[in-house]
Amino acid sequence: MSRLSVEDLQRSFGGVQAVRGVSFTLEAGEILALIGPNGAGKTTCFNLLNGQLRPDAGTVRLDGVDIVGLPPRRIWRMGVGRTFQITATFASMTVRENVQMVLLSGRKRLFGLWTPAAACFREEAMALLERVGMGGQAERPCGVLAYGDLKRVELAMALAGDPKILLMDEPTAGMAPGERQELMALTSSLVRERGLAVLFTEHDMDVVFGHATRIIVLDRGQLIAEGAPDAVRADPRVQAVYLGGAA
Amino acid sequence: MSFYLVQFLSGLATAATLFLVSSGLTIVFGVTRIVNFAHGSFYMLGAYLGWTLVERWGTTPLGFWGGVAAASLAVGLLGALMEVGLLRRLYRSPELFQLLATFGVVLVVQDAASWIWGAEDLLGRRAPGLKGSIDILDQPFPLYDLVLIGLGPLVLGLLWLLFNRTRWGTLVRAATQDRDMASALGVDPARLFTGVLFLGSALAGLGGALQVPREAVNLHMDMAIVVEAFVVVVVGGMGSLTGAFVASLLIGQLQAFGILVFPQITLVLVFLFMAVVLVIRPYGLLGRAEDAPPTAASPGPPLIPSIGPARWVPALLLALLAAVPLVAGDYALIVLTEVVILALLAASLHLLIGLGGLVSFGHAAYFGLGAYGAALLVKHLAAPMPLALAAAPLVAGLGALAAGWFCVRRSGLYFAMLTLAFAQIVWSVTFQWYGVTGGDNGVLGVWPPDWAAGKAAYYWLTLALAGGALLLLRRAAFAPFGYTLRAGRDSALRAESVGIDVRRHQWLSFALAGSAAGLAGGLYAFSKGSVFPTLMAVPVSVDALVMVLMGGIQTLSGPVVGAALFHLLETEAMSLTDWWRLVLGAVILVLVLAFPKGVAGFARDLWTRGRDT
Repeated sequence: MSRLSVEDLQRSFGGVQAVRGVSFTLEAGEILALIGPNGAGKTTCFNLLNGQLRPDAGTVRLDGVDIVGLPPRRIWRMGVGRTFQITATFASMTVRENVQMVLLSGRKRLFGLWTPAAACFREEAMALLERVGMGGQAERPCGVLAYGDLKRVELAMALAGDPKILLMDEPTAGMAPGERQELMALTSSLVRERGLAVLFTEHDMDVVFGHATRIIVLDRGQLIAEGAPDAVRADPRVQAVYLGGAA
Repeated sequence: MSFYLVQFLSGLATAATLFLVSSGLTIVFGVTRIVNFAHGSFYMLGAYLGWTLVERWGTTPLGFWGGVAAASLAVGLLGALMEVGLLRRLYRSPELFQLLATFGVVLVVQDAASWIWGAEDLLGRRAPGLKGSIDILDQPFPLYDLVLIGLGPLVLGLLWLLFNRTRWGTLVRAATQDRDMASALGVDPARLFTGVLFLGSALAGLGGALQVPREAVNLHMDMAIVVEAFVVVVVGGMGSLTGAFVASLLIGQLQAFGILVFPQITLVLVFLFMAVVLVIRPYGLLGRAEDAPPTAASPGPPLIPSIGPARWVPALLLALLAAVPLVAGDYALIVLTEVVILALLAASLHLLIGLGGLVSFGHAAYFGLGAYGAALLVKHLAAPMPLALAAAPLVAGLGALAAGWFCVRRSGLYFAMLTLAFAQIVWSVTFQWYGVTGGDNGVLGVWPPDWAAGKAAYYWLTLALAGGALLLLRRAAFAPFGYTLRAGRDSALRAESVGIDVRRHQWLSFALAGSAAGLAGGLYAFSKGSVFPTLMAVPVSVDALVMVLMGGIQTLSGPVVGAALFHLLETEAMSLTDWWRLVLGAVILVLVLAFPKGVAGFARDLWTRGRDT
């Protein structure tokens, strides 16, 4: 049984079919890249997977359990973590508190009225921040961080939920080239350590071909290619989509 | 049949006035994104100016209509003046500060009007040539109202031409849709805003001046109309002129026929209607999602628990306050008791505004529910004080649980309007359910037992209970509960995607804030010995809002400082002068202009700056 299996996913907005019959699987230990030109439907796919959007048709199974129709917070509790294309953190909290917030949610401690939140799971939060290289900035407010650092905070927050699957929507957008490779190398080692399954979208082909174990290609809402990086790189349909030539 | 027709027509006449006022409000809101409480004041000023001018010139039709037009233009100029002198300095402040500023203007205008025109109701001259009535199916109907009915669509048409056929109107529409883009394209927003404030205020003034022949001009017109105009604007959809027109028609008819069908709950009807519309159509009848900006405070810097010597300030303050009865007289103790109670009320509202970004315009409902819960237990069941005081937060908490379930389904200004709607419903039930609540006679004889009857004893009791509740609220703010509430405010998207049920958490916070306000209400009831429906009326909600904003929403001490400052100012101003509203309003304006972060935020900035250097 696959960790995640998606079958015939469909979603349209008005007359536009953003996602048309997408099917794929994701296994533990895999880093699957979802690529495609702008407007191919990548973010829509992500939003369908984590419950932000409801598909018009199709199934999404997590370890065999159908999760279509569940709200994002339920899907998160089943082990699907997510980072966003445009980072979303809690701007009025420090970096450490952002991670603590996720830990509190995971342990169902959100309704405590007495013990200060800043004292809960402090070491654990620090350990996660050290792991993504943000330990030195733990006490800074999240609202003042550089964009690349925010991406790493998001990663730490996603890990704090102890996910089985990590959905990363353009994890390295807005980062310097060196930083990008660093973040993806970190992701790869996390996958090995924790047996995670990662699905990510990315525009930087160096990142995609350098770190993905498998690639699926989306164009105008449909999957047009799937396979190992080298096979996808050689696929004429993929080249046509990216280079704009006639297939 | 003819009776219904006349009723229908008078509904249309009401709708015309409503539309004039609410069209101005919706235009001003659409462009400036300011919730202009002073809009009602401009309506009232229009009525007073209209009265004066019509008294002087109104013997001929030309003089009458000239007077009305002149009053409208004069009010428009005042609106433009407010933009230049006040609002322009606040466009970069949090939206709530703009709201506070316009409320300062409300207070100033109230006393200015009372100073110029006196406190007596003024009956105006009727329009020459339109004094009589005509028979419609054998029922008399005033001619003047017929003219008003025609005026509504006429003004809508003129506004439509202005906005769709003139360059200025196009610019205004552009700025309404995207203020930043418009200014990037070289439109000077400052001049546009001045013009918009002129137009909006002139419409309010026109609505007011036209009322002169219909009803007595008085000093309560401002709040009454502004609340109704808000309802119209929200029902129609913020920023939508056609929406305002349709909503005015619907609400005019609701008022005309509601009084026939449900005479017992006339006051509630309009608000029930709004609540139903908002639940079914979240952005009003013709509004669009993007037209509804959040009024929520933008996330500020992290809340930092006091460290070093500052952490002992609350304990020290409490000790100091506890020692006051040793030196102070009864009067000071009464005032101080009220300060402590209001501090709890403000802190409970701050939980919603400061941590949740949920701006409630109707927090007085829970203060009032607590007060009435306690008072009615004493009156009907002869309950002892401890029991009544225990029931106060319970009753208010249950009320907040019920109302909150609806309110948290909407955000921003729509949330604010739903809270206002529920507060008005609670108020009108209290006001009209004479048999149980005593109506506006209130409930009398709610005194503490002998052991707590002394001013010092009751002060200590209040200090212990309210102080305890304040401490609990403070702990909750730093505990996971408060953090979760802030998480939902900072980014609902992120919160939902890490397993947080934002709406449920806001709902519970609403109930917690409501029950804290209820405890404050119960304490207030026994401190005064009586309760009245005014406890849960709009002005109390606004007072609480002013206290929170005065102190600054960025700090937890803010509401406490704000409550003390506000109440002492009010009491002091009241004892020194009859013009206390003027003084208070002026103080609010000065504070808003001088301390855009609130007094406590200002003090904290000073403190951190002092430590950093």
